[in-house]
Amino acid sequence: MDKSNQLSYCRGFFTVLKRDVAIALRQRGDIFNPLLFFIMVITLFPLGIGPEPNTLARIAPGIIWVAALLSAMLSLERLFKADFNDGTLEQMLLSPQPLTILVLAKVLAHWILTGLPLVLISPLLALLLNLDHQAYLALVLTLLLGTPVLSLLGAIGVALTVGLNKGGVLLSLLILPLYIPILIFATSAIDAAGMSLPYDGQLAIIAAMLAGSLTMAPFAIGAALKVSTN
Amino acid sequence: MSQPVSTNVLLTADNLTCIREERVLFDELSFSVNAGDIIQIEGPNGAGKTSLLRILTGLSRPYDGRVCFQNQPIDQVSDEFRQALLYLGHKAGVKPELTAKKNLEVHLTLNGYENADLLAILSEVNLSGFEDSLAGHLSAGQHRRTSLARLWHTNAKIWILDEPFTAIDKRGVEHLENKFLKHADQGGCVILTSHQDLSVIPAERLKTIRLDAQED
Repeated sequence: MDKSNQLSYCRGFFTVLKRDVAIALRQRGDIFNPLLFFIMVITLFPLGIGPEPNTLARIAPGIIWVAALLSAMLSLERLFKADFNDGTLEQMLLSPQPLTILVLAKVLAHWILTGLPLVLISPLLALLLNLDHQAYLALVLTLLLGTPVLSLLGAIGVALTVGLNKGGVLLSLLILPLYIPILIFATSAIDAAGMSLPYDGQLAIIAAMLAGSLTMAPFAIGAALKVSTN
Repeated sequence: MSQPVSTNVLLTADNLTCIREERVLFDELSFSVNAGDIIQIEGPNGAGKTSLLRILTGLSRPYDGRVCFQNQPIDQVSDEFRQALLYLGHKAGVKPELTAKKNLEVHLTLNGYENADLLAILSEVNLSGFEDSLAGHLSAGQHRRTSLARLWHTNAKIWILDEPFTAIDKRGVEHLENKFLKHADQGGCVILTSHQDLSVIPAERLKTIRLDAQED
């Protein structure tokens, strides 16, 4: 019996990515819950605050980003939990593939399933909040650059708490502080866009956070998973 | 650095100590596993069998001591070691949302095996006809067989199996034992935990390691 044994990092990456997307498509609640939460928060705000277009437009960037942040946290807990419980995480740790690559694939799958839908639906929600049309592009751009950072940084916290039974509270305490810089720069970029000011600076900083977390978070996540499964 | 290639020591445990929940599970445990060995780890529940297996795979770190793969510590040769290792934990590592076939395929691809004949492998573990059933809908034994199927397509020499016979019927256990014997004859080694007595593997082939936590 000839068993060809050729390790291909690329294949490993896409295998995990496809597997996670296939599983999520079978359990659609996992995708729709965070999205539904995001939509609900944003539609409830005008009802609570009252339909004054100026007030709404003023607070819209903050509302959308806070909702995005919380919905990311809501979806994060499941990132490694199922794998941890059914033993596939152990198999990933012991597979000859580098852990960083497999972890990056998992985080990317998580973003495609929970971050990307937010980006796609955000223009519609901005309309509900009477956001300036100049600010639309800024909103989509900040979400596009910012939500992957939420997934990457959040995954570090999840990896650290995956072995705990009730890691939820600890997880929020761990990663919320890390999310605050993104919130500040993203909302300030949208505000600036609303006032027709340049917002490249804020975008560049969010992009820098993305580059930084994209290169370093997978190593941190891998190390955290090893500690959690010890 | 160059070790003589002829040594067929695959895995060495060197003075392993494991402490869990402030209890010493085992202390200064040393043994070596050669090519051709079949080792059964025995002991009552809570004696540290699973802990020992996890330490041998490198998933857990021992409190003290080290594990060597071909005389080198496993964290220094982790790439080679993981290529040579097949571990089945007591969690099966099978995704209930995927079919039996897909589960096997994902596992094989992650380990670098391509174009494997998935149907033939699954028929080895008596899962013909269930290839496209979701693993979550299979019975406990079939679920277990889905993960055991990996044994039929691997180059790994070191098999570390935690309770491989759980939920497997008698004929299945015999089939597995024959597989272990064949693997050992081809220069591999098998380390397993089980509460059952093995029926096919002759006693002279089997080495046992007893763990007794209740000594002191």
